[in-house]
Amino acid sequence: MSHHLAIVPIVLPLLMVAMLILVGNKHLGLVRGLSLGAAALNLLAGLALVSMASDERAFTYLVGGWEHPFGIVLVVDRLSAMMVALTGFVGLVCLLYACQGGDREGPYFHPVFQMLLCGVQGAFLTGDIFNLFVFFEILLIGSYVLLLHGARAPRVLAGLHYITINLVGSGLFLIGVGTLYAYTGTLNMADMAAKLATLPANDAALVKAGALILLVVFGIKAAMFPLYFWLPKTYGSAAAPVAAMFAIMTKVGVYAIIRVHAYILGPDAGPAASAAEPWILPIGLVTIAAAMLGALQSKDLRGLAGHLVIASVGTMLAGVGLFSHAGLSAALYYMVHSTLVVSALYLVIDLVRRERTDADDALAPAQQIIHPAVIGTLFFIVAIAIVGLPPLSGFLGKLFILEAAADSPSMTALWTTLLVASLFAMIAMSRAGSVVFWKTSPRPDDAPRIALPPMKVATIAIMLLAIAAWTAFAGPIAEYTDATAAAFFEPATDTAQALSPEPGGLP
Amino acid sequence: MEALIAVAIGVLVACGVYLVLRARTFPVVVGLALFSYAVNLYLFATGRLSNLAPPIVPRVGADPSQFVDPLPQALVLTAIVIGFGMTAFIVVLSLRSYLTLGTDHIDGPEADPLALPPTNPRHEGTDQGTER
Repeated sequence: MSHHLAIVPIVLPLLMVAMLILVGNKHLGLVRGLSLGAAALNLLAGLALVSMASDERAFTYLVGGWEHPFGIVLVVDRLSAMMVALTGFVGLVCLLYACQGGDREGPYFHPVFQMLLCGVQGAFLTGDIFNLFVFFEILLIGSYVLLLHGARAPRVLAGLHYITINLVGSGLFLIGVGTLYAYTGTLNMADMAAKLATLPANDAALVKAGALILLVVFGIKAAMFPLYFWLPKTYGSAAAPVAAMFAIMTKVGVYAIIRVHAYILGPDAGPAASAAEPWILPIGLVTIAAAMLGALQSKDLRGLAGHLVIASVGTMLAGVGLFSHAGLSAALYYMVHSTLVVSALYLVIDLVRRERTDADDALAPAQQIIHPAVIGTLFFIVAIAIVGLPPLSGFLGKLFILEAAADSPSMTALWTTLLVASLFAMIAMSRAGSVVFWKTSPRPDDAPRIALPPMKVATIAIMLLAIAAWTAFAGPIAEYTDATAAAFFEPATDTAQALSPEPGGLP
Repeated sequence: MEALIAVAIGVLVACGVYLVLRARTFPVVVGLALFSYAVNLYLFATGRLSNLAPPIVPRVGADPSQFVDPLPQALVLTAIVIGFGMTAFIVVLSLRSYLTLGTDHIDGPEADPLALPPTNPRHEGTDQGTER
C-alpha cells in the first residue's frame, strides 16, 4: 500500500491544478489555503519517500500495472526521493512567499504553480525516457505561464526567448529519444541500460550521437555553456517567488544528465559507454569561467544572481563530470545547497527592490533603503552561502568536490577554476553588497515609508534555516548522497533490481 | 523511400533552423512548426518504413521484422499533440508581445527601428496586474 506513495507527488499537484482552476480567482483565501495545504502534503509525501528509499532500497511503481518493461514505471531511489523532497520544500516556501501578494499580480497563479510542481516531480520520479519528455513539457508549460505571470513588457520579451529555445530543445529531445529507441527497442531506462550493454559495435556511433543530442537538450534546461544566455534575463524578469522556484529547474537538467549519461550510458553500456565523459567536465569548467565574467560585469543584482546560478550549474557539472563515486556524491550535496541558496537570493533581492524606489536593483549609488539592518543581514548570509565561504554549506559542497577531484587527472584544471571562481564570486558579491547597502545618500523626509513585511522576512528565514540545517547535518547527508552515488557505480545490482519489481509495486 | 524521407526531413530541418534564426516573430513561429514536422517524421521513420505492412501480426509465428513497429507511431501522436499545444501558446504569446511592445521584433523595441511606440490603451487595460 505504501508503494502508492510514489505517485502522490504527481497526482496530488495535478488534481490541484484542475480543482484550483474550477475555484477560480474570486475566492483568493480558499485558493491559497488549498494550494498551501496541497504543497505541505506534497512535502510530507516527499519526505516519506526519502525515508522509504533510504530504509528499504529503491523500488519501482508500475503505473496501470503494465508489466515491466512495457509500461511506464516510476522509480523511487535515493536520488529521485531526495529531489522530490527538495522540490516539495522549495515549492512550499515559494508559495508562502507568493501568498504575501505576489499571486495577485495576475490570474491563476496557484493552478499554474501546482502544474510546475507536477512536472518537476514527475520528471524526477519517472523511469521511462519518453515519459521524461512528457514531464519536461508539463514543467515547461507551467514555467512559461508562471514566467508571464503579471505580463509586464520585459517578461513578455524574456518569455518569447525562453519559449523559443525550449521548443527547439523539445524537438531535439525527441530526435535523441527516437535514435536511442531505434537501436534499443525500449524506452525504459533500466532496460535501455541493459540492452546497450549488448549493442553491436557498429551501431555505437549513432547511439552516441543520440546521447550527445540529449546532452544538448539537458544542457539547455541546465543552462550549461554555451546554452545559458537565456537564463539571466528570464530569471531576472520573472516575479520573485517564480524566480525562486525556477532555481529547481536548472537542477532538473543536471538530474537528467546524471540519469542518462551516468546511468543509461554509464561505464557498463557496451560500445557506447560514457559517450559524454569527455564533454561534461570541460563544459562545467568553461561554464564556471564564463559565468564569473558575466557576474563581474553585471549591472544589477538580478543579473548577478543569474550568473551565480550558472556558475553553480557549472560546479555541479564539474562534480558529475568526474564520473566517480565521490564526484557524484559531492555534486548531489552541492545541488541541494545551491537550490536553497539561489531561491533565498532571489527572495532577498525582491526585498531590496521594494525599498530602493529610485534605483531598483541597479548597482549604482541611490537613496538608503529603509531597513538596512534586516535586509543587509539576510543578504550577507546568502552571500556567504552562495560564494562558498565557511561556515555554510556552500563551503562544504565545494570542499567535497575539490576532495573528489584530488586524485583525478583533471585536478589542476578543476581546482584552479573552482578556487579562482570563488574569489571572483566573492569580489562580485562584496561589490554588489557595498554599493547597495553602503554607497547611499540619506532618504529625504518626504520619501514614502514602506513597511517591512514580516511574513516575507520569515519566509526567507525558513530558507536560511534550511541552509543552516544542510550545513549542520552534513555528516548524515553526505552518507546519504554517498549511498546514492554508490547505486550508480554498482549498475549490475541496480539494473537487476529495477528489472524485477517487487510484487508490492503492483497497484 | 528511405532516401526520400531523409531528404524531406533534412530540407524541413534546414528551413526550420533558417526561419527560427530570423528577427521577426512570425518566421520564428513558422520555423518552429517546420522543425517539429521534421522531428515527427524522424520519429515516425524510426519504426521502419514499409509499405502494406500495418502493425497487425496476422498469425502466430509470423516474422516480426516484416512489420512496422507501432510504438514510434504512438510517440509521434503524443509529440504532435504536445507540439500543437506549444505552437498555439507561442502564437498567442507573439501576438501579445506585438501588442504590448509595439513591435514584432524578437528582441523588442530597442532592436527594431520600425517599432511603434508601445502604447496601446486598449490593451493596457487588459493588463490585470496590480503594482505592488
